[in-house]
Amino acid sequence: MKYVILGAGPAGVTAAETLRNVDPTATITMIGGEPEPPYSRMALPYLIYGKVGEDGTYLRQDPKHYDDQRIRYIQGRAGGIDSRAKKLSLSTGEVLDYDKLLIATGANPIMPPIPGSNLEGVETCWTLEDARQILKYADKDSPVVLVGAGFIGSIILEALYLRGCKITVVELAPRMVARMMDETAGGMLGRWCESKGVKVLTNTRVDSLAKGEEGQPRLQVGFSNGESAPADLVVLAVGVRSNTGFLVGSGVKTNTGIVVDNYLQTTAPDIYAAGDCCEGIDISTGKPDMLAIQPVAVEHGRIAALNMAGHKHHHRGSLNMNVLDTMGLISSSFGLWQGAQVGETAKLVDEDNFKYMKLEFEGDKLVGAQCVGMTDHVGMLRGLIQTGFSLGEWKDKLLVSPERLREAYLAVAHAHPTTGPMAPHINTPRVGNHAGASGH
Amino acid sequence: MLKALVIDAGKCTACKQCEMACSLENEGEFNVAKSRIRVFDFHTEARFVPYTCTQCAEAWCQQACPVNAITTDGMGVKVVHDNLCVGCKVCTIACPFGTVNYNASTGKVIKCDLCGGEPACSDACPTGAITYQDVEQGGFDKMKVWATQSANATTTEGPNTPKAGQASGTGH
Ligand SMILES: Cc1cc2nc3c(=O)[nH]c(=O)nc-3n(C[C@H](O)[C@H](O)[C@H](O)COP(=O)(O)OP(=O)(O)OC[C@H]3O[C@@H](n4cnc5c(N)ncnc54)[C@H](O)[C@@H]3O)c2cc1C
Ligand code: SF4
Ligand code: SF4
Repeated sequence: MKYVILGAGPAGVTAAETLRNVDPTATITMIGGEPEPPYSRMALPYLIYGKVGEDGTYLRQDPKHYDDQRIRYIQGRAGGIDSRAKKLSLSTGEVLDYDKLLIATGANPIMPPIPGSNLEGVETCWTLEDARQILKYADKDSPVVLVGAGFIGSIILEALYLRGCKITVVELAPRMVARMMDETAGGMLGRWCESKGVKVLTNTRVDSLAKGEEGQPRLQVGFSNGESAPADLVVLAVGVRSNTGFLVGSGVKTNTGIVVDNYLQTTAPDIYAAGDCCEGIDISTGKPDMLAIQPVAVEHGRIAALNMAGHKHHHRGSLNMNVLDTMGLISSSFGLWQGAQVGETAKLVDEDNFKYMKLEFEGDKLVGAQCVGMTDHVGMLRGLIQTGFSLGEWKDKLLVSPERLREAYLAVAHAHPTTGPMAPHINTPRVGNHAGASGH
Repeated sequence: MLKALVIDAGKCTACKQCEMACSLENEGEFNVAKSRIRVFDFHTEARFVPYTCTQCAEAWCQQACPVNAITTDGMGVKVVHDNLCVGCKVCTIACPFGTVNYNASTGKVIKCDLCGGEPACSDACPTGAITYQDVEQGGFDKMKVWATQSANATTTEGPNTPKAGQASGTGH
């Protein structure tokens, strides 16, 4: 079998390793689009504030790992795919024959149409090379304008803050992390940032980017409220889009991302897709969506690989979940955090102490959650949401006292010992049965 | 010989010696908030349940980690490597049991690693609620405990039972 994997992010690497695991004799080629060892974009913020060096962002540390696994790792950009002849051509001129192809090309940052966004010092924060540029322009005390306070923008915010930059963050929406958390949580984050000396401009757009005056910082940034600010660096983080441009004419259907079925197969024969480049099922809605998070990329990579190798593995769906550290204030959200269409909500709000917890129920099941300032055992929220355990009488107890979540979890999980904590459906080829419902 | 923590919640009196021992062993201080094992308290029922990572076969924590900072050792134990952990906390939301937690003072995460083979919690437990046993020897007892907890006593595996796939060190 000849497997070709286009993309060397978490989805591609997990797929390559899984294929090697289940098919010891196959030929596996993995292609990275950047001149780097396979690395994790998620680790870039930690590189920016110096917690790790570049090698700390690598997905696997041992430089011989891919050779040892007999995974041929090459670099190049996709030119085109001929799905009839089963050939992938690369920008390097190389043409690869495949029996099965996985597309794992991730996403690209969206470039907002702001005049001047091609100026020196205006960067996205998506690749290792981007991070190197950011390190070049952002020193301690450098004025920096961050465009976008979504989930990824907020992660970058923390990295720039810890690097010592003086930050103004500009967000079009009325609050920070508008697609991850509600007004209460977003408001808390905004207040917290202000208290740390970060300037937060919501309901504001960046209208112009221009060269700074002689003797002034490199850039001058104009806002829709009429104000402007100097900046040594402008970081654009206004969203991402699946990276699928090279698929035109290939027979692989795309929507906002690559269209895949429950086996992560595309509309073209023997071509699969995984990670940020495709629209897998969101377990909360049962509908296809591009969730753009690392755990989903890994999950997709593994399931797609199993299916490519002929081990049919139905993907029930992935859970949307995020965790964010905003200069020490940690927040998380899971599943249908906006609430079910017909459901009930339990809330605990402590504005003064920046603590918030909100649980969303549908019937007697937990379907979504948000937390601010609470980290202990938060994974239980994933456990309850993804298993869909019936909470029974515990739902009413939680409606009154959401802080009893841990008790509820133990009580409910103990009642389901044979269902398995996550039910036997996703991720792993089963080695025997799994029955550890409660952990104890 | 694979060994595992076996927890018999019925024997727990909530003395919290395990939490103290864990935090001293692993963090060098008596701070139960940093213990990797926690005793949960069912207020209304006067029932206590010691709770920690089961070294589960799926290792959701390990799979989610972006920088390979959690690996499976030869005993099937999922170990966090502090030198690699960037503190992103993705593992803390990925573990469906909630048994890997963030430690703000180090900026990294902590989870049970069975103290490298000599778990301090089981040594400290005065009532035998937490014991560290050979899997084979403990199998029957564990099943008994498991069966009394379960609504349906047909399960053939207990918690903490290392799965065949764990010992190979592949993590799945
Ligand atoms: C700053 C930052 C912080 C983040 N923080 C988090 C977080 O805290 N939690 C979280 O869950 N997620 C986070 N993410 C998102 C996470 O990194 C992505 O969801 C994840 O990387 C997706 O993995 P992937 O394998 O699908 O794609 P990618 O990691 O994007 O990998 C794509 C691969 O394809 C290659 N490629 C692309 N186009 C081509 C082409 N035309 N030809 C050949 N090769 C190509 C690329 O070079 C790369 O190797 C963050 C992302 C960023 C940028
Ligand atoms: S921390 Fe959670 S996911 Fe990781 S091995 Fe333990 S129980 Fe499994
Ligand atoms: S917090 Fe550390 S161990 Fe956990 S996923 Fe992030 S890097 Fe890995």
